[in-house]
Amino acid sequence: MDQPILIRAHLQDGEADIKALIHHDMETGLRKDAAGKVIPAHFINLVSATLNGTPVMQAQWGIGVSKNPFFEFKVKGAKSGDQLVISAVDNLGMSYSGQTTLN
Amino acid sequence: MNLPRRNFLQRATLFTAAAAAFGSGLLKSAGAWAAATWNVQAFTAKTASDAYSRSGYANAVNSSDIVLKLPEIAEDGSVVPVQASSNIPGTTSMAIFVPDNPNPLIADFTFLNGAEPFIATRIKMAKTSSVQIMAKADGKVYMTSKSIKVTAGGCGG
Repeated sequence: MDQPILIRAHLQDGEADIKALIHHDMETGLRKDAAGKVIPAHFINLVSATLNGTPVMQAQWGIGVSKNPFFEFKVKGAKSGDQLVISAVDNLGMSYSGQTTLN
Repeated sequence: MNLPRRNFLQRATLFTAAAAAFGSGLLKSAGAWAAATWNVQAFTAKTASDAYSRSGYANAVNSSDIVLKLPEIAEDGSVVPVQASSNIPGTTSMAIFVPDNPNPLIADFTFLNGAEPFIATRIKMAKTSSVQIMAKADGKVYMTSKSIKVTAGGCGG
């Protein structure tokens, strides 16, 4: 079962403005715990979005994206009823997804 | 003919076919990511010049057609809001670089099928540095950059 991606989409004049948030620690692998032991890297590195199954945005991330990643993108030619799906995976293979219907 | 054996063989064939179908399904779902395999060489690069060349954003030309919005001062380097858009026709991807971070390449966004060359996200900055936005359009690379003062670094260490 995928972890959720929270999506808020706003449709105006055929343009979808999509804001998304994923709860994730985005550990860099550069931090140490209280005992001085390195906290292993754990971060989302691949993100993709489709509109009615057609890819619209693909992103690759490194350790420099903030904890609980927020991202926003815009798609032209969108209409009410279109299905938006956003998926992501992290460096440990855990997957995340969310979907919404534009209106 | 040995009937039980024949039966076993038939079942074995069915099982193999099912496994093949399952396997191809797995391949297909992996294929959806094939266009965006994580560029480990670029994202683990420790210098800006390595990060540019390994991600395909080398030899950038300065352009005022990339609009970059970010605060002048970041009191918390672990959460710095960045927003950028490109007015360069044919922009297909945009990337965020922070040259003074341990790994300068932060994120690389590709726009397909109606997505506009616009990105907004939040990034970590280890210290006062410039933030560079690069855009690819028609095989060329364009860049805009802004300095930002970071009062508390956000990469840990």
